[in-house]
Amino acid sequence: MSFALRARGISKSFGGVKALTDVDLDVVPGEVLCLAGANGSGKSTLIKIISGVETPDSGTIEIDGEEIVTSSVAAAVQRGVQVIFQDMSLFPNLTVAENIAMSERVKDGVKVISGKRARSLAKSVIERLGIDLDLEARVENISVADRQLVAICRALALDVKVLFMDEPTTALTWHEIESLRQVVEQLKKEQVGIVFVSHKTEEVFAMSDRIVVLRNGVVVRTGATADFTENSLVEALVGYLPEDQRRVEISDTGEEPPALSVEGIGVESLFADVSFAVGRGEIVGLTGLLGSGRSEIAEAIFGKLPIDTGTIAVGGETKTIRSVADAITAGIGYVPEDRLTQGVVLGQSIERNLVSAALGKVSSSAGVLKERLLAETSRASVAELQIKTDNAALPVSSLSGGNQQRVVLGKWMLTDPKVLILNGPTVGVDAGSKATILEILRDAARSGMGVLLISDDVPELVSVCHRVLFVRRGRLAGELAHDEVAEPAIRERLVR
Amino acid sequence: MSTAVADSSTVRDRMSALWRRYRGENNETTLLLLILALVGVMAIVEPSAITLGFFGDIIRSGIVTLALALGLLMIIISGGMDVSFPAIAIFAGYATITLMQSLGVDGAVWPFVVAVAMGLLLGSLNAVLVARYKMETLIATLGTQVIIRGVLIAFIGSVYISVLPAQLDAVGATSIMQLGGTQVNVLVIPVLVLAGALAWVLRRTMFGRSIYAIGGDKESAKRVGISVKKVQVAIYLVAGALAGFGGMVHVVLSRHASPFEIVGTELNVIAAVVIGGALDSGGRGSVRGTILGVVLISLVQNSLIRLGVSSYWHVFVVGLVVLAGVAIQARSAAATHRRTRILERLETAA
Repeated sequence: MSFALRARGISKSFGGVKALTDVDLDVVPGEVLCLAGANGSGKSTLIKIISGVETPDSGTIEIDGEEIVTSSVAAAVQRGVQVIFQDMSLFPNLTVAENIAMSERVKDGVKVISGKRARSLAKSVIERLGIDLDLEARVENISVADRQLVAICRALALDVKVLFMDEPTTALTWHEIESLRQVVEQLKKEQVGIVFVSHKTEEVFAMSDRIVVLRNGVVVRTGATADFTENSLVEALVGYLPEDQRRVEISDTGEEPPALSVEGIGVESLFADVSFAVGRGEIVGLTGLLGSGRSEIAEAIFGKLPIDTGTIAVGGETKTIRSVADAITAGIGYVPEDRLTQGVVLGQSIERNLVSAALGKVSSSAGVLKERLLAETSRASVAELQIKTDNAALPVSSLSGGNQQRVVLGKWMLTDPKVLILNGPTVGVDAGSKATILEILRDAARSGMGVLLISDDVPELVSVCHRVLFVRRGRLAGELAHDEVAEPAIRERLVR
Repeated sequence: MSTAVADSSTVRDRMSALWRRYRGENNETTLLLLILALVGVMAIVEPSAITLGFFGDIIRSGIVTLALALGLLMIIISGGMDVSFPAIAIFAGYATITLMQSLGVDGAVWPFVVAVAMGLLLGSLNAVLVARYKMETLIATLGTQVIIRGVLIAFIGSVYISVLPAQLDAVGATSIMQLGGTQVNVLVIPVLVLAGALAWVLRRTMFGRSIYAIGGDKESAKRVGISVKKVQVAIYLVAGALAGFGGMVHVVLSRHASPFEIVGTELNVIAAVVIGGALDSGGRGSVRGTILGVVLISLVQNSLIRLGVSSYWHVFVVGLVVLAGVAIQARSAAATHRRTRILERLETAA
């Protein structure tokens, strides 16, 4: 039997933490292999090692029967390894044609480039895929879905033996996923080995021939897709079979005005006519594909992206929100998408981070910090949020990802917001921390806070949301309420 | 939405589409219009100043700035910053003259080669710090600037050399043409040739495109197989060589050598490059834009001289121009960079 890819005994650790232990991965030409694993299971590290971005501590990699010198992207590309990374790894400042031609140029080692060659190459790939792209547009000016297509085109511009696709459908609509599927079929016929990473179980079952499950850096199960059921896949992924988790208490909104209500808000070219309300004690999900405008709506309400039209009311009172400071004063808390860059100051202590949005609470009227009160407040917060640390004076960077997320959450909880907006609060967080974070949200709602949860994690939405709103191309496009909130219904609406 | 509003918005759309087409990749057209407007203002305020000599002066004072700006342009496109080039330039220029004096030799062309070699050597310092030790480029070059200047003054010399070796001095006295009362020095030719060569390298070679790729997204560049380290080393070596050349041009044109010159003029050079459309965040910039930026700065300075404004005000006015230029570039960059349009462009609901 010949293998498109044969990786043996791959191990890798980062600063003493084992990311991969003795991982084997075989890909046969013409098969679609699904590489499944929860966040942090080591999928991305494995892909980076095989594509030469990272060097493994041990192990060998063979492509098409020949061993490759690892840790050289050029060598991997030369042998026919192509990766479509999750973040697409494009050059925003270059044109579509140039982005597509870039990997071929690197492979051929050309010195003097030709714009004509780039355009004709790009054109031929685009035609082969039967899609439509503006070759001269700069990538920074095209939509997220188009960027994903550019990334796919770039990978296919070369002679590919093994193609890795790291969650290639996150920004695609149903129609685009369908054309991607046709591309995959075509590549199978051309005897390309495809390794596909996806979180969407139905996609895994529809597209793959074989499944390899990674958990904590170890291959825990591998087998034909037909031998898996949805439940057995989930069990292999997380190590236990989670029970159906929808636990939503009926919120008691009564006569009181909603915690947050927005009326016809819009920001030029980003989103328009967005109206909805979040009641006291209610958790409302706001979902949509990557690039649909869901994050922009959240940022607008929090004043990071001031609105051009419409009104925002908190607790029934209309508020003018032109800045983050306005939003905080109005009683809005925001837990951003990227906790590491936006939510915490990594080098500062846990306690300082916790009180950083509520300094008024721990200082005297003259604005001088009361150190004792600060320590007490943050200690209480650490206990309440179950942040795992011996010492709140340690920097936040000493915490794990899930615990860092809890710090960000705690920081906003201390400001006693009327509305808490969370943008992907459990992205990159392990299963245990995820459950805790969702429980904190339920507590927050129970205490009368309105919670707006921006997320595309469908089980998470089902688990905590009273209602789910859908955003498509910058507009609200439907809503599911109470008993209608279920996984199949949400997924179906997401890609429609 | 009323039809009147819809109409005016389509007209606006069409106008902005037209503008997008002609404004150039880096707002070069805006810059050109600004330069023409300034000349126009001068023609009204001080008609007697608009002579051939005026343009000659602009070329003469712009030539060193341009020579120094070329290396910096590459670095800024790659997403870095360099403040060591003035030190490299004056080190190469002054040390070459000192060397010639102490060896008692003379020449017209080879001193330039020596200066370029020195620049290359000094540039390798930056290359090592940035590519090997991954230092923040601004901090690394701030360090090398101080070190290079220190070594120059402590070990090479601190005296003002008022007379250059005869053959080299002759280069400084050779002009290719006369504009009004101003001689345009022959060195304008190699500088423009270098500018043309760099423009070609940036546009048409893999090395040039790799510079843009690294400036656009370093991680993506790595993932596509570009050797970021190698490209960075090459950038800082070439930039050093260009600075060395620029230093020699300065010395020859001023017809004396002083170790205390050039350092302190970096703002003019940085301003020219940035006003010319290079973004400090990297990935953007062009030789064409940089030349326009140099012309603009040079034009402003010379206009102030012709208007008889005290030289104390020059720095102030140049500072204002820099701020305005950078603000315009930053704004237009922010507008395109900020967010991808989500809403569909054409509203069918009109």
